[in-house]
Amino acid sequence: MHDCQTPWEAVVVSRTQESPTVVSLGLQFTDDEQANAFHFQPGQFNMLYLFGIGEVPISIVSDPRHRDEFIHTIRAVGRVTREMAQLQPGDYLGVRGPFGHGWPLEAARGKDILLTTGGLGCAPSVSVINYVMQRREQYGQLTIIQGVKHMDDLIWRDRYEQWMQLPNTQVLLAADVAGPSWTWHVGLVTDLLSQVEMDVSQATIMLCGPEPMMVAAVQKLLDEGADSSQMWLSMERNMQCALGLCGHCQYGPDFICQDGPVLAYDRLKDRLGKKGY
Amino acid sequence: MSYYGLLPRTEFDSLIAALRSLGAQVIAPTVRDNAIVYVPISSSTELPQGIHDRQAPGHYKLSSGNGNRWFAWANGPQALKPLLFSPQEKLWQVEHENDGGLNFQVQITDARLTAVIGVRACDLAAMCLQDQHFINGDHIDQAYATRRQDLIIIAINCSHPAATCFCHATGDGPVARDHYDILLDELDEGFAIQSGSARGKEIVNLLALQSLTASHEKQIQAAHGTAIEKQTRRLPAADIPALLYQLQESTRWQIIGDRCLSCGNCTSVCPTCFCHHTTDETSLDGTLSTRLRQWDSCFSQDHSYIHGFTLRPNTASRYRQWLTHKFASWVEQYGRSGCVGCGRCISWCPVEIDVTEEIQQMATEAGHA
Repeated sequence: MHDCQTPWEAVVVSRTQESPTVVSLGLQFTDDEQANAFHFQPGQFNMLYLFGIGEVPISIVSDPRHRDEFIHTIRAVGRVTREMAQLQPGDYLGVRGPFGHGWPLEAARGKDILLTTGGLGCAPSVSVINYVMQRREQYGQLTIIQGVKHMDDLIWRDRYEQWMQLPNTQVLLAADVAGPSWTWHVGLVTDLLSQVEMDVSQATIMLCGPEPMMVAAVQKLLDEGADSSQMWLSMERNMQCALGLCGHCQYGPDFICQDGPVLAYDRLKDRLGKKGY
Repeated sequence: MSYYGLLPRTEFDSLIAALRSLGAQVIAPTVRDNAIVYVPISSSTELPQGIHDRQAPGHYKLSSGNGNRWFAWANGPQALKPLLFSPQEKLWQVEHENDGGLNFQVQITDARLTAVIGVRACDLAAMCLQDQHFINGDHIDQAYATRRQDLIIIAINCSHPAATCFCHATGDGPVARDHYDILLDELDEGFAIQSGSARGKEIVNLLALQSLTASHEKQIQAAHGTAIEKQTRRLPAADIPALLYQLQESTRWQIIGDRCLSCGNCTSVCPTCFCHHTTDETSLDGTLSTRLRQWDSCFSQDHSYIHGFTLRPNTASRYRQWLTHKFASWVEQYGRSGCVGCGRCISWCPVEIDVTEEIQQMATEAGHA
């Protein structure tokens, strides 16, 4: 018997060092039945457990159609993630999931997508980019705005440069702190919103990153005519059970782990950016 | 009301015997450490005979009277909650194998038929809320579900609310309406008995009952009325969720926060609070790790911790979270307020914070007299 609180054994199938502190791990369940039963949507997350260390929520960045492995991009920032970033192919860990609700990619079909992310290598947004790139004909214009604190924080620079060359795709990058090799904007990610080439009033807007950045971006987009009902935010809170049971991730009436992590702006707006929630 | 009859006080042990004949352990109120708690009993002599309580904000005291009643008191600190949602329990364990593999084993909750005698209406209402949370949502909590399935409830209509009680104001008591197997009303001679389930009916059929007289029924009716009249605490008639949402930035939160010790007593005694956290205990030789869960409180420092900082760093913000969740966002989550009017958070608050008073103050501030 297995219940939703107990992890399944999984093995590291592949490992890519994305930057000195960021690693992508391709994982697969050792139980074939569980491997076959596992299906997810971009924006959903798994709970990854390391023996004797602990458990953390990490979003899934790979494509749902990719069945050989599912990939998590992990930044070594805390006690658990620092150890997880050391894992090598063949190492075991525990995985349970997928949990929560992902991005509204079905509803966005046929529409333009504006993706605004900030902070350190925002994995939930990468899942969207990957998904849309794999199904490019199903979506309209794609604009990716990515902001980082320091230019060295940008991972997948080569991928961004490739995406820039694609038709119907606009990539805008910003770094708060940058050196001479940074050819893009120096400043805030929100500065770039005025350069967006699509009609934001018709676009599906997805945001991910630190809340002050999302609040500023939402305000600017609303000023430029964005439809508030078409804005979606990926939220972060203390998630322990991932099942809507333990109570830590409550944000007003929502359990971020279960009702989110991706939630409609209209659902969040009364509390967004305010302290204490 | 359809009573089967009167179970004489002298025959009460036949009810305990009937429950035991089904294989149930029998849990009932008794006095321990100067409080009424629910523990396994084997005889009616362990019930709190002649015991009364006095409760007020920050105050709980038992006294021995000369009456022969066993249930002439209002609820103590303990609700049904710990019998279903364990204060600490093991969820699973994992063996670290020699090749590095991980062998996860789910903890199977022991299925043990348990009968609880003396459950009050407030705690039944609270159990229904915890049922919604733990078993009626998207994910079922197996430990809770197992215990819930194996629970026989012998409820009793509350005849002695405390000064802190306000179950009539929340609509949850003092008379139990449903979700019990058997319902009792205490009389001097014994207990008027009703059933609320097929299982309850089977148990009642095992008992030798006397007939209930019209006088008895009159006494019961009077007791129900008195139990309502004794309750003096109220909630304002205003739309409480609306006024709490309206006053999220009020300075009153800081005034309460300055009094509140953030001790978590209120969330521990609250029969509906469900927050819990998990910890892993790993053996010294590194071969076995156990996932435990324990009750948590939104008043704790760690509750709102997220990578490097605490979202609710001060007591005012935690009190706002607790009260707003209990009385406002709970309605959106579960269709009703998370408060059943048991008054425990009032009695067990060491600095005498009275939730009804705080909400009244909020209502006054919002312009609802």
